[in-house]
Amino acid sequence: MRNPQLNANGELTHLLTLEGLPAPVITHILDTAMPFVGIAEREVKKVPLLRGKAVFNLFFENSTRTRTTFEIAAKRLSADVINLNIGVSSTTKGETLLDTVDNLVAMDADIFVVRHAQSGAPHLIAAHLNAHDRSHVHVVNAGDGRHSHPTQGLLDLYTIRHYKKEFHNLTVAIVGDVLHSRVARSLIHGLTTLGTPEVRVVGPKTLLPEKVESLGVRVFHDMREGVKDADVVVMLRLQNERMKGALLPSAGEYFKHYGLTPDKLALAKPDVIVMHPGPMNRGVEIDSAVADGDRAVILPQVTFGIAVRMAVMSIIAGN
Amino acid sequence: MSPTTPMPLASQIPDAESVLAALAERMRPAVAFDAAFVGIYSGGAWIADRLAKMIPGEHPVGYIDVSFYRDDFARSGLKSGAKRSELPFDVEGATIILVDDVLYTGRSVRAAVNELFDYGRPARIELAVLVDRGGRELPVEATYCGARLAVARNLSLVLARDGEHLKFGVESAAEA
Amino acid sequence: MKIEIANGRLVDPAAGVDRVTSLYIAAAKVAAIGKPPQGWNASRVIDARGLVVAPGLIDVSARLREPGFEYKATLESEMEAAIAGGVTSLACPPDTDPPLDEPGLVEMLKHRARLLNQAHVYPIGALTVQLKGEELTEMGELAEAGCVAFSHADMPLVDTQVLLRAMQYASTFDYRVWLRPNDTHLGRGGVAHDGEVATRLGLPGIPSTAETIAIMTILALVRDTGVRVHLCRLSTAEGVALVRAAKKEGLPVSCDVAIHHLHLCEVDIGWFDGNARLVPPLRTTRDRAALRAGVADGTIDLICSDHAPVDDDGKQVPFGEAEPGATGLELLLPLTLKWAAEEKVALPAALAKITCEPARLLGVAAGDLRVGSSADICIFDPEQHWKVESRALKSQGKNTPFLGLELQGKVHVTLVGGHVVHDV
Repeated sequence: MRNPQLNANGELTHLLTLEGLPAPVITHILDTAMPFVGIAEREVKKVPLLRGKAVFNLFFENSTRTRTTFEIAAKRLSADVINLNIGVSSTTKGETLLDTVDNLVAMDADIFVVRHAQSGAPHLIAAHLNAHDRSHVHVVNAGDGRHSHPTQGLLDLYTIRHYKKEFHNLTVAIVGDVLHSRVARSLIHGLTTLGTPEVRVVGPKTLLPEKVESLGVRVFHDMREGVKDADVVVMLRLQNERMKGALLPSAGEYFKHYGLTPDKLALAKPDVIVMHPGPMNRGVEIDSAVADGDRAVILPQVTFGIAVRMAVMSIIAGN
Repeated sequence: MSPTTPMPLASQIPDAESVLAALAERMRPAVAFDAAFVGIYSGGAWIADRLAKMIPGEHPVGYIDVSFYRDDFARSGLKSGAKRSELPFDVEGATIILVDDVLYTGRSVRAAVNELFDYGRPARIELAVLVDRGGRELPVEATYCGARLAVARNLSLVLARDGEHLKFGVESAAEA
Repeated sequence: MKIEIANGRLVDPAAGVDRVTSLYIAAAKVAAIGKPPQGWNASRVIDARGLVVAPGLIDVSARLREPGFEYKATLESEMEAAIAGGVTSLACPPDTDPPLDEPGLVEMLKHRARLLNQAHVYPIGALTVQLKGEELTEMGELAEAGCVAFSHADMPLVDTQVLLRAMQYASTFDYRVWLRPNDTHLGRGGVAHDGEVATRLGLPGIPSTAETIAIMTILALVRDTGVRVHLCRLSTAEGVALVRAAKKEGLPVSCDVAIHHLHLCEVDIGWFDGNARLVPPLRTTRDRAALRAGVADGTIDLICSDHAPVDDDGKQVPFGEAEPGATGLELLLPLTLKWAAEEKVALPAALAKITCEPARLLGVAAGDLRVGSSADICIFDPEQHWKVESRALKSQGKNTPFLGLELQGKVHVTLVGGHVVHDV
């Protein structure tokens, strides 16, 4: 089955998931992001690459943070940005997802940045565009259900590469609600593709998906064991709904076993970096002392995130 | 051009080091004492480094990557290998000598000038090139030029660096 | 009308017949085999050389979408699909709108079907009123109206007490109860098998235990009540093992599998192909292997299509929102032949699973071609390739995971009650 993200020349034309993306494609995106980091430090934070192009933010699931970073990235590329908050579901409007997409294509959209509560929605849109001779319109997945958040995965990879230089000798621990996390899945695919020898997931059994080892990870239920000698610790956000779904008894008990505190962090390597996709729940998955400490690189992640998104949009818009 | 057109003989390819010497000779009496040399990657960057050593004065050296300002993005996409531009001086009010290895259509220079203006408003920009091969498609001219050379349309003049030694080579031009 | 079907390979699994011979039809029945009856004068001769002449196929689960879901498909289109697929008798589940819980609805459905004069339709009645799982339906009235069994379709029947009472009541009159084993709490909100693929694609999962726990509950109640239960659409290896043990124990249990689950598994979801959204979900290769072995050793009594036409609006949506189901009436034959070829099952044994065995489980007199039986016949070319494309399907449902693939096995002529109803 052809990779729906690559065109006939093997070039990236949609970014839907990191799974199945060849390592050179991923590395190319990270390399392209590097000069974009520099743009942020200039007086005029713009380059004319996407001038005249229209980027439509199609957010079927609310997220001011992610939408804003995509908007900033697109504007720094001199693109026109249109924000569409479709809310819960397009079907409440009576219009199907694909009908909405067709209408927007007719309005000369060049790039759709899509966030949806259902896994696979961006794939559906990309397949529809490919099948209807509209392959000049590109799709960037800004997060679909539990499945994938590829730009987050890429900025996480960029951050790790920035501080650690190489992947081939790293131990990375991903801690928390992996079951519901598209961030975790994307990062796992990216790390394994780039040759990270040890990728660990750490969490209670209720928050780890069935057969998670098949993704290429080692499973830990004891966090002290899980972060021991780690080079990178990635903390995932715990959402309140998990308590209601009989997955966890309380935030307090979760913090006791799986919260990142200074004493647990001390078990990792001395030069460990601490990452978090944000927004953080202080005192639930991460202690403030760690979040504000010198091992945390959470704010640089945000800066890198804009550069990575600029790189992604530049690459796909040119293919 | 037909594929059987012969490549120029090795004796016809200019010696980069002597051309560089000629360029520096022309620049020495004319450039401002505090002019910044900004080289366009990669050839221009190497030359800017050499010129800064060869020409007396306080000459900060910067490098500029024009990948994001090219005019052929829609046709050819983003080329890989984009580097970070580094301008370790204040562009606002500066005298800048833009440095490139080969001046041809003039499009790279246009892109570099546009990019410089996104950093600030320079007082003046001059252009120094090792070789002017003609074939301009935009109204751009070099202020300082090492040598003028006619090169067939289907060929590319490429600068290479071997240690500190610069040399020219010729390749078939990549299809646009 | 006198019809002669000449020189085809007659395969009648029920009668143990498999030879090249001719069939003679008169007065809607099989009049003779091999030699014409006295004074024979055929109005039509069908040249069946190189073709297989089999009893018309019997599909125990085909949704006709009437009443209530006419935007997805109509009786007309689906009955066309049935005969195009060589299906001459079919049973439809009660999950129409309104559900088949009243004799009037059943009668109307049978009446409409009879008017079309195509396949025989055997409705399966609702076990509880409105399929709500609370009150019993008037099973006696429904049986009189023509229901051959009672089922809960895919609707949850959560109250075990109600399930027990329904089974006891049905058992009083020796009605058959058809149940899809599914614990609705486990895998609530799930859309795919809870395993590697669901984990990778980030899809909420339905664990195998949802099926096995329900089977165990049902079997325990069968032990108690002695009711004849038919388990619909097995999908797990553990489920097959449980039924095997139950049969060995002598419980009055039977079961079936949907043809798709003999071929596909979770990995066929690919990149979120909504056509692979099925209930029960496609599970692992191990489950598929156990299902295949179960059909081969008789643990699984029959194969059905579980035909469920769904329109584009139901499928061209994100996977988790897609309506489950696949169109299947026209694929039942070629997919059964494909399974048989892969598992090296002889043609008569394979055809039994879609002719006489379904007839037996439905309790209807059909599925064989002995002299005197109704001339419901399917004549097909087992070698002929055809491509599964929208325009090749008569069903309004073009939703199949096999879209674009080539299959082997094409129906040439279908007869119902001695009339040619489909002729390619």
